[in-house]
Amino acid sequence: MWDYSEKVMDHYRNPRNVGKIDNADAIGEAGSLTCGDSLKIYLKIKDGIVTDAKFQTFGCGSAVASSSILTEMIIGKSVEEVKKITNKDIADQLGGLPPEKMHCSVMGYEALEDALKNFDDLTDLDDLRNEKKEEKIVCTCFNVTENLIWDAIKQNGLKTVEEVTNYTKAGGACGKCKGLIQDIIDTYYKKEESQKEENTLSPAQKILKINKIIESQISPELQKDGGDITLVDIDGNKVLVKLRGKCSGCKNSHLTLKAFVESTLRETVDKNIDVIEVA
Amino acid sequence: MDLIYLDNNATTKVAPEVLEVMLPYFKEEYANPSSIYEFAKKANHTVRDSRGVIKDFLNAANEKEILFTSCGSESANTAIRGVLNMNKNKRHIITTKVEHPCVLNLYQTLEKEGYKVDYIGVNSNGELDLAQLEEAINYDTALVSIMYANNETGVIYPIEKISEIIKSKNKETKFFVDAVQAAGKIPIDVQALGVDLLGISGHKFHAPKGVGVLYVNSKTLITPLIIGGHQERGKRAGTENVPYIAGIAKAAELAMDSMNYELTEVKRLRDKLESGIIKNIFNSRINTSISNRVPNTTNIGFEYIEGELILLHLSDLGICASSGSACTSGSLEPSHVLRAMNVPFTAIHGSIRWSLSRYTKESEIDYVLKVLPGIIDKITALSPYQDELANLKRLRG
Repeated sequence: MWDYSEKVMDHYRNPRNVGKIDNADAIGEAGSLTCGDSLKIYLKIKDGIVTDAKFQTFGCGSAVASSSILTEMIIGKSVEEVKKITNKDIADQLGGLPPEKMHCSVMGYEALEDALKNFDDLTDLDDLRNEKKEEKIVCTCFNVTENLIWDAIKQNGLKTVEEVTNYTKAGGACGKCKGLIQDIIDTYYKKEESQKEENTLSPAQKILKINKIIESQISPELQKDGGDITLVDIDGNKVLVKLRGKCSGCKNSHLTLKAFVESTLRETVDKNIDVIEVA
Repeated sequence: MDLIYLDNNATTKVAPEVLEVMLPYFKEEYANPSSIYEFAKKANHTVRDSRGVIKDFLNAANEKEILFTSCGSESANTAIRGVLNMNKNKRHIITTKVEHPCVLNLYQTLEKEGYKVDYIGVNSNGELDLAQLEEAINYDTALVSIMYANNETGVIYPIEKISEIIKSKNKETKFFVDAVQAAGKIPIDVQALGVDLLGISGHKFHAPKGVGVLYVNSKTLITPLIIGGHQERGKRAGTENVPYIAGIAKAAELAMDSMNYELTEVKRLRDKLESGIIKNIFNSRINTSISNRVPNTTNIGFEYIEGELILLHLSDLGICASSGSACTSGSLEPSHVLRAMNVPFTAIHGSIRWSLSRYTKESEIDYVLKVLPGIIDKITALSPYQDELANLKRLRG
């Protein structure tokens, strides 16, 4: 017996936007017949706006409700807005789902993401992806990728293997991938932890770290091209540097400064760093 | 909206006659049956007489072979642990892939404790591979444990034949039968079956939840699972649950009286439901063999749709059934029984078990047959597998 919300019951009893769109601009799929639930979503997109959406779902009550409400959530929205929808948004719109059923909302998110990826006019979604690992199947029973697990952890703050199973089904059958799932959770939180640490660096720690990065990572690269860099001063997030050797007077020095020095420091120390060249 | 209850393998309604005989023991007859004063006599005699009724119900040779327990799971745990503890030098167990979880999970625990467990498979009709069973029995086999009838498919296993196989291979091997799904549906005769231990549960045949029975034949020694007082001849401590014991005995009496009805009328209604569904719904299939089943059960797969959604729509009309689909139970995998039978994955997730009782009315079956095609149509329209469904429709016309 599931404690489904009124909204979930309404949507599986009277699903909206059922069917198929002929000549759809984007089609996305998730799940499979073998796994016990699957979803196909069809989008009509005009001038960057989703003008129509339909779905076909093989699955339980909450899977149908998730698909149905998702179509309602995206019709009339811009592609940019639609891209931001997470599985949590779907579950929230339904007034919540039982924990064991969260994977239904994830399936909606997955199909939507797949549709957007297949949408020709969208240049690419790589920027959404670049902090994740390569596409790799973790759970072979349910065909769950590392990316999907990573997304589910990130969007829902999942902490345990059991939660990941509830949200993605990964590990729910033979259970052999539970160790791998734990590794992904650990990696995610280690990464988050190290990011947090960086954000809370004291001014002195920050200066030391910037200095170290310049010496160990930036300077050697510039030296390869016969140039070099010196740290002059640090003022909050402003990092004042002096370019030397071939770099000084190079007409590409501005590019070097922004695309290499600044981006390296932003990545490793603080994303708000501005690098300024002083004479 | 009237309730149409077709989930009698999950639990059954308490027969009014059963409740009636139980009530005095909640009120004026509250004595402990072990006490020696006159006031305890009624409680004491009730337990004694109930044991006699159950002895007849199972056709045991002696009342001493009947133990009252709290449920089917306790009966199974007592039997299995009890036999293994008495035969510590033997470390091998044989069971089936389609047992009830209360037994299967115990065997998985025993594997962790160092026992070797062989799980016998079934064919697509749900029938056991007896050759595999025969081959598996060896000098080290302490216990063979096989259910009488399967809870999901209703398939009856040839217990008598299995007894013969076991005794021909190893006379020391004990045979436990989980008969929870057989009790009340088909006659049980432990002597003819040749079993050593057999467990049943009251709430599957119109007694309340919370009472079970374990038959242990006089040649079989077991250690108790619950250690304490001298009750149940030292094999199950705990003050006798007098009202429930009275209840299960009454339920057994009623079951014996209605056995013929069960085998004819309940079967007729089950067959009507089954053939009506198969005839009127093109994407349906019977998941089991149609012979050799308990009379009240059928398991039907609806292809390319999912079982939970069927149950939710049925529930909206007051109809109760159950599903072997993953989604219903909260587990992520579909029924282990249907998987062991290799039910095709197009149908396994849409499998519905219908289980009737002697309280099922023909008008209820007619109503289900009237509304079900509409529900299945509605859900089928949602399916992403429209091409496959169109093919199926063409094929089955």
